[in-house]
Amino acid sequence: MKQFRSFIRKEFYHILRDRRTLFILLGMPVIQIIIFGFALTNEVTNSKYAVLDNAKDIVSQKLIQRIEASQYFEGATRLYSYDDIAKAFRKGAIKIAIVIPPHFAEDLGQLHTAQVQLVADASDPNVANTLVNYASAIINDFQQNEFNKDQQLPYRILAEQRMLYNPQLKGAYNFVPGVMAMVLLLVCTMMTAITIVKEKETGTMEIMLVSPLQPLLIVVAKAVPYLLLSIINIISILLLSVYVLEVPVQGNLFLLIGESILFTLVSLSLGLLISAGSNSQQTAMFISLIGMFLPTVMFSGFMFPVENMPKPMQVISNIVPAKWYYTVVKSVMIKGVGFKAIWKETLVLTAMLFFFLGMAIRNFKIRLA
Amino acid sequence: MEKIQVNGIVKTYGSKQKKLTALDHVSFTVKEGELFGLIGPDGAGKTSLFRILTTLLLADSGTATVNGMDVVKEYKAIRKQVGYMPGRFSLYPDLTVKENLAFFATIFQTDVNENYSLIKDIYEQIAPFENRRADKLSGGMKQKLALSCALIHKPTVLFLDEPTTGVDAVSRKEFWEMLKGLKQQGITILVSTPYMDEAALCDRVALIQDGHIMQVNTPADVINGFGKKILAVKSSDMLSLLQLVKQMPGVLDAYPFGEYHHLVLADEQVKLDFPGEVTVKETAPDIEDCFMLLMKNHAA
Repeated sequence: MKQFRSFIRKEFYHILRDRRTLFILLGMPVIQIIIFGFALTNEVTNSKYAVLDNAKDIVSQKLIQRIEASQYFEGATRLYSYDDIAKAFRKGAIKIAIVIPPHFAEDLGQLHTAQVQLVADASDPNVANTLVNYASAIINDFQQNEFNKDQQLPYRILAEQRMLYNPQLKGAYNFVPGVMAMVLLLVCTMMTAITIVKEKETGTMEIMLVSPLQPLLIVVAKAVPYLLLSIINIISILLLSVYVLEVPVQGNLFLLIGESILFTLVSLSLGLLISAGSNSQQTAMFISLIGMFLPTVMFSGFMFPVENMPKPMQVISNIVPAKWYYTVVKSVMIKGVGFKAIWKETLVLTAMLFFFLGMAIRNFKIRLA
Repeated sequence: MEKIQVNGIVKTYGSKQKKLTALDHVSFTVKEGELFGLIGPDGAGKTSLFRILTTLLLADSGTATVNGMDVVKEYKAIRKQVGYMPGRFSLYPDLTVKENLAFFATIFQTDVNENYSLIKDIYEQIAPFENRRADKLSGGMKQKLALSCALIHKPTVLFLDEPTTGVDAVSRKEFWEMLKGLKQQGITILVSTPYMDEAALCDRVALIQDGHIMQVNTPADVINGFGKKILAVKSSDMLSLLQLVKQMPGVLDAYPFGEYHHLVLADEQVKLDFPGEVTVKETAPDIEDCFMLLMKNHAA
């Protein structure tokens, strides 16, 4: 026990004396949350658009005003011919063009039907889709308010949408769980892997091996300080997301923290496993980044929805621990469900923990080669 | 009693196609309380042998015991009893002198005070820098700290892998004085060095080259067994002198030696004629001469 305490104290000396690394470890989650919260967002707002108004009547003016008033569009460019549309797109000045046909008001008044053409720059399909949807919604809304107010059409089906859990469709609801998974994985896996390999590089492992120390003790003592650091990170991420990004914790806070610690332990044991197989800090870092970080970004469902992937990819995604943790955080934090709903994910993570830890201890080399 | 026994140790590195033999049937014994030197140039296999004896590497074949315990089967017990100082400075650079010592004391299940008397003479020299980080120490001080850490648990056998490499002449001398002191406390010491002049300070030495032990003997007997006459020659143009003497009949070997060239003569009767400006004197062989001769015979 005395050995264990002394070892952990030594680890803390290492961490606390390397100020720069410590700053990165504790500052990274804060910076990531802020970057994802305010800079990297896939919400589309304030898009530049153009209008080709061939009608130039009162109704078309009103429609254009309505579009201009929305937060999604700004800075209308007036166009005068179809050729201008192509030119404007090529210049990259606009994302979407709205074409109003001649006799717009008359068509509406007499035929009760009129067409508006939406032309979008689909080189980024997601943005194009979103903008077309926004514009259609605005046009529909305009039509409802302006023309159908008094007329009672006998048969009308209105689809009413409700966005559950995230009515404002905030991006933060999606990336807070993702950033949590990423940060914990980076701090725990990469740092533990590096710290053990560092002992090999400096030759201190050589002395430690020629000592009565148990391998298990070395492995566990290496992980403890990073577990504590991660708990600080979990708390700072949660504080930031609740108070800065206004993403509330809907479910049980302690369940969320408990699951986060479980995921931290999985990441730590992964780090220990990586360290057992590498002999230089570069190798350890490379394996952690390519082998852990990339799959986390790709397969956790944080950036790209797993359900849309081909079947084999979906199967592969199951071995990525972050995928399970991401689901857990989304369920507990955003949907507010209890343990009953996430017992399966918890079980998978626990199994992974025992598997990786067992492998790490088994592969811990008691000799140099 | 034999503290270290090495029997026919073979160690190779690399694949089957490109095999590199680091140790080739190495055998010797070290007696209790002996200061035993493993003398050989870089790449002779000294570190491999140390790692096998400290249970860090497995030999391909052959057996070895330390304190009567097998290095493979009883590695755990050996790790509790030996002290090991690797060739490279291997302490924590970001920990202070005091913290390093305290840490190594605890992992060896002891504390600094318990065996302080053993390291007192060594540690007192670095005690004024107790709170300095290990990476801010000079080479000689680092080495004293490493030795203190290797001794803190009062090992019965001490393995020192090239402890004086890269250390200045004064510190080297001090270091060997310290080893003498430890020997008097009954610790068996196996020390390796590439410096031939340090061989004379050991009780017995093993001369190792290319994984072969060429001779195991006391330093005095190594020199006594030389049995050849040596001339030391000097002139203003040392390079062409070396080329000249190498071609002289009756000269077995010639090599630079300090400010002279040493010439090993085939027998006592050989008479050589030198140009006028060459200084010639007869000299007694030392370990380095023995080593050169053994190497030459071994190669032939």
